[in-house]
Formats: sequence, structure tokens, C-alpha cells
Amino acid sequence: MARVTSPRVGPLAARPGVAANLDVDALIDDRDTRIVVCCGSGGVGKTTTAAALGLRAAERGRRVVVLTIDPARRLAQSMGIEALDNTPRPVPGVGEAEGGSLDAMMLDMKRTFDEVVESQASPEKAQQILNNPFYIAVSSSFAGTQEYMAMEKLGQLDKLARKSGAWDLIVVDTPPSRSALDFLDAPERLASFLDGRFMRLLLAPAKGGARFMTAGLGLMTGALTKIIGAQVLRDMQTFVSAFDTLFGGFRARAQRTFELLQAEGTAFLVVAAPEPDALREAAYFVERLTQERMPLAGLVINRVSTSPAGDLSAAAALAGAERLADSPSGALTAGLLRLHADRRRIVERETRLRERFATSHSGVRTVAVPALSTDVHDLDGLRTIGTLLAGD
Amino acid sequence: MGGLIPAAYSDFVGSFDSTRLHVVTGKGGTGKSTVAAALALALASTGKQVLLCEVEGRQGIAQLFDVPPLPYQERHIAHGSGPDAGDVYALAIDAESALLEYLAMYYHLGRAGRALDRFGVIDFATTIAPGVRDVLLTGKVYEAAKRNSRNKGARHYDAVVLDAPPTGRITQFLGVNEELAGLAKVGPIKSQADSVANLLRSGGTAVHLVTVLEEMPVQETADGVEELRAAQLPVGAIIVNLVRAKTLDAAQRELLLTGSVPPAKIAKQLTKAGIESTPEMVNSLLAEGRFQAERRVLEDEQRAVVATLGQPTVELPLLPGGIDLAGLYELAADLREQAMA
Repeated sequence: MARVTSPRVGPLAARPGVAANLDVDALIDDRDTRIVVCCGSGGVGKTTTAAALGLRAAERGRRVVVLTIDPARRLAQSMGIEALDNTPRPVPGVGEAEGGSLDAMMLDMKRTFDEVVESQASPEKAQQILNNPFYIAVSSSFAGTQEYMAMEKLGQLDKLARKSGAWDLIVVDTPPSRSALDFLDAPERLASFLDGRFMRLLLAPAKGGARFMTAGLGLMTGALTKIIGAQVLRDMQTFVSAFDTLFGGFRARAQRTFELLQAEGTAFLVVAAPEPDALREAAYFVERLTQERMPLAGLVINRVSTSPAGDLSAAAALAGAERLADSPSGALTAGLLRLHADRRRIVERETRLRERFATSHSGVRTVAVPALSTDVHDLDGLRTIGTLLAGD
Repeated sequence: MGGLIPAAYSDFVGSFDSTRLHVVTGKGGTGKSTVAAALALALASTGKQVLLCEVEGRQGIAQLFDVPPLPYQERHIAHGSGPDAGDVYALAIDAESALLEYLAMYYHLGRAGRALDRFGVIDFATTIAPGVRDVLLTGKVYEAAKRNSRNKGARHYDAVVLDAPPTGRITQFLGVNEELAGLAKVGPIKSQADSVANLLRSGGTAVHLVTVLEEMPVQETADGVEELRAAQLPVGAIIVNLVRAKTLDAAQRELLLTGSVPPAKIAKQLTKAGIESTPEMVNSLLAEGRFQAERRVLEDEQRAVVATLGQPTVELPLLPGGIDLAGLYELAADLREQAMA
């Protein structure tokens, strides 16, 4: 599937850019900020960023709930929670002195989908849907369901937060999709299928509307039978007719969540790493958010290599290492010089990538989080990341 | 890059010689597309005709090889290095095109197929019907891998490299017929799924997992290996990517970790090397050394975890300048030296 290229957001001509600073503390201290969405391609540290941000906000007096998608076990443990499930659990002892609090939860997409069904249908009808093989497959493994259910859960949390006042800030991590954009597109795609013209046509025979069986529909169901088999088609028809009560509901729900994302009080943080792929995804995302009029707070670049002090160039360091090559007592220094040269080259490459991004997306506020030599294991580790996010 | 294979890893020699289908998976950010491309080049350098496929619609191959976006059509993109080298062709597979091709081939539904498209049926069948999308994608790869000299007019490949979905999804992607079993009990999609399953479980396939030496990716790799084995899918090599240069030896790292290197000593050596040193420079060098030594401790812990997985393991270096075409050939040479091709 080729991606439709969108117009560049940035200026048509510019000097290599330096991005304006993203002030994370101002964002989370602003009581009008109610939802922060962390998005970006897979493997860039989205979940860690979301958790660190939530912790920092809680310790600055916000009452926070962090919604994570598939976090590493160690990260859940780092928040003092052995296992996260579909319900927000308090992280003990966070932010009490400041009047804040931190809850965390992990999305269980099947459970969330089941809850939607249970809340919309009579118990009997709900059971019928929950047992349908087609439903089971769609709710547990269909690509796009996770994105849809993340949005659904966000909507639920927001409603609950407004009603109970338990939280005043929701931090959302987004699913590790093929593309960062799936997160925006999948809900609409899923909704339009479940709600769409074709599904309605499919529904017609099950409702006894055989007279509507036009030649076109016959051709379609015929082809579908060939492709996926008659049994699946029957399961689908049963599913669709059982789901009938919920129909319309899906599209409307997706639409509401989309509006929630566009609302004031929502802020998007695009997360990336200083790698071409991750920054390309970030660029697509920034452009898309701008098109959709979604509030972009800024870009977080994780795992940035920090520039070594002084002005010793890579070439000079390597030449120095060469000169020490024959001296055993100089081996350590030669090694350090080689590391220095590597670091210089890595920093140069990352700087070039970041400048390129900054030039073509000049309005995007950015914070660079330096790479740590160790992994994050506990709240202190998350605090360190939080401090770095705030640019301290 | 000789001597990259740490002694801890299990030794293996050329066990992928007869592999026709190389499936490359890995957690996001580990560089699986880069590794898949390098593996295709490495195989081509042994004289094989290679097809490199991608299925995620990211146009990653085009970006790596710096060519225009790939259509649903096999394109020549590179030549392996060496005198008797073969060629690398590339194909970006999308489910919609695969389904239309499939309908045209088996049901002569050429025009009707496009009419179906208008009703959204193609979209529907490839997007919502569970597993169908994956079967169509793997089915096309299967078709390319099974081609032989009897297929007149079609190009014949000695090896197919698939840049597959990430580790978290790979077993579901490859084992899709399990998913379908409960749904499509009969029908062409079911039989296609069965043929794919047969190829995947035959000796001609290997699923390679790309990781980096960090906790989360290694954990995900371990989980992936377990899931693949449980699904009776053939696990190939673990490819440890982005490995930092082992510039410092154990004794030097220990000195740095314990902070027992006198700055004056480094300053003296710098002067010998013809570099005018400042205290700031010395501190920065020592800090960098300590950072690398700390990182290395963690890397070695993860290396030990990878070694327990009991799969052949190879390592690829982090290229400080990033990946360009020359870098791909360099990684390909590393893979070849470590008997991956």
C-alpha cells in the first residue's frame, strides 16, 4: 500500500534549522492539559516516555493515569506493579506530598471489546456475540483492533475522569503499529467496515430481505464464499445480525474519540529516535496531525548521543590513536581516542538527521533525551528520564 | 570483521545452505529491514538469484537501496559483490494486489475482480476477514519461493528473503492457518494456507530473529523463539545487530568502571600522541570510556541470555556513519563470514 504523500508543512527554503525547545514541564503543569498522547514508530521508547512523563506530572501535583499498550514486564515492575491489567492500578507512594497521584494500566484489547459489547447489548445478545467465532477472531487478533480499542479506552477513561474527578491528566501510549499513522487510521477503518455499506448488504439476507439480493450482491457473496469459504461467511452474517443493535454505534464512537483528540486540552507528543526511519515516521505523523488540526505539543527524540566536550575531531583522534599504536602504555588512551572518534561520527550523523527534520518542520518544538548507559528498571530510572525530558 | 562470534554462542557452520526461504523478523528499532537487505546481498554474493520481499507497505527496501518506490512487480535492485555474484530482485507485496492477482489466476475474475474492488469487497476481504490478509501475503512469497525451471517465463530464484512483520506478530503471521482453521474450514484460502504451512514447516525455511543487546528486545526475542517453536515453525539464526565496537579489553574496562585511571596518565599519553590535551578533554574521554564499559556490562548480560536460546547466533556491528548502500555491502560481507550465506 503506497503512502499518499502529503504536502510539506515546513518552509520552502530555509537554512539548516535548530528546533525550538519543547518545555515538557510547562505542558504537564498546565491544568488545561488533560490528555497527552505519545505516538511514534515502534522501538523508540514510547512506553518509557509515557511512564516517565506520567510519573513526573504526578510528582508535580497532577492526578495522573497512564494507559500503556503492551509494556515490557520490567517497566510494569518499575512502577511497582507486578502485572498491569485492564483496570487502572495505583502506583504506591507517588506524588502524595504534592497532592498528586499515579495510576497505571495496560490495555487488554479483547477485554475492552467485550466490555463495549456487554455495555451495549442485552446479556443474552451479548453472549451470542461473544461466542461467535468471527467476533472472537476480530476482537483478539485483527490488525487495527488494538488501535481502535486504545481509542475506546481513552474515551472511557476521559469520561470517568470527568465524572469522578479521580484523574486530571491521562497519558496514553499508542500501539506498536506497522506505521505510526495506523493509530489514527485504524479506528476509522474498522468502524467503516463494521458500519459500512457492504456489511449492511451482507446483513440483508440474514434479515430475510432476500428480494434485495441483486445480481451485484450475489456476485460479491459468491466471490467472498470462494475466497474465505461459506462457513466464515455464515459466521460473519450471524455476527453482523447479532451486532445489529450496536451498529452506527461504532462509527459514532470512533468519531467522538477523534473529536476528543482534536479537543483543546489534548496534546500530542511525537516520539522518535535519531534514526532515519523513526524520524521519517515522525515527519509523516507531524504532517498528518497538522492536517487533521490535532494539537501537536512537540517532538521527543530519545537515545540521543551527547556530544563529547572539547573540539577534538574524529580524524585527529584517530590519527592520535595511530601514533600510540606501538606503545603498550598508550593502549588505553588509544582505545579512548577510538571511542571518541566513533562518538563524534555518531553525533555528527544524528545532528544532521535532526537538523534535516528541524529545517523541514521548523515550527515543531523538540526535546532531545540523551542515551543512558543503563536500562530503566525502577521509579528512580523513570525519574531520571523525566528530568531529562524536562531538559534539566 | 573476523572474530566477531563470541565463544559463548553455539557454533554452527553453513547450516543455511539449503534454505530457500529466509524469514527475517525483529522488534521495531532493531534494524530488521537492514538485516534482511544485507542477507539478500550476502546470498547473491554466493552466486544465487535472490528475491527480497517486503509486506508492510513501508517501502523500506526502496529507501535502503535508494531507488524509487517499488510497485507490485519484481524489480532488479542490486548485484551481489564478487565475480560470480547473482542478482537481488525486490518486490513489495500488498494484500489487495495479491488478492486481485489470485482471483484473476484461479477464477479468471479479471474484470469482475476490479468490480468487487469498487464495492469495497477487496478491502473488506483483505482487511477484516481475520488472517486472510496474512495468507495472501505469505501466499505470494510462497509462490515466488516454489517457482522452479518448469514455470516458463517466470523468474526462478535460488533464495527468497522476506522482511517480515515484527517479532510480536510473527508467529501469528506465519501460523495464520491456525487462526483460519476455526473460521475457514474449506475453500481456496484454506488450501493456500495449508500449502504455505507445508513450505514453512519444511526444511527449506528458516525464521531469523534480529535483536540488539538490550533487555527488552532480547526478552522479546526469547519469547518469539519460544512461540515459534511451540508453533513448530523453524527457528533460524539470532542476528545480534548494532553491536558496539569492542575497543577496550576487560582489564581496561575494569579500570574505567572503578574510576582508577589517573587523568594525568591519559594527559601524558595524549601529548605523546601529538594531541594538545585539556583537563576537560581528558574527563570527556574517561566519561566516554566509562559509558562504553557500563553499556558493555549490560550487553554481556544480554549476550549470555541470547546464548541460552540455543540457536546459531551472528553479530553485526554498529556502523557509526549509519547505513548506506556501502554499509549494506559491508554487513553482507559480515554475514557471509559468519556463515549465514
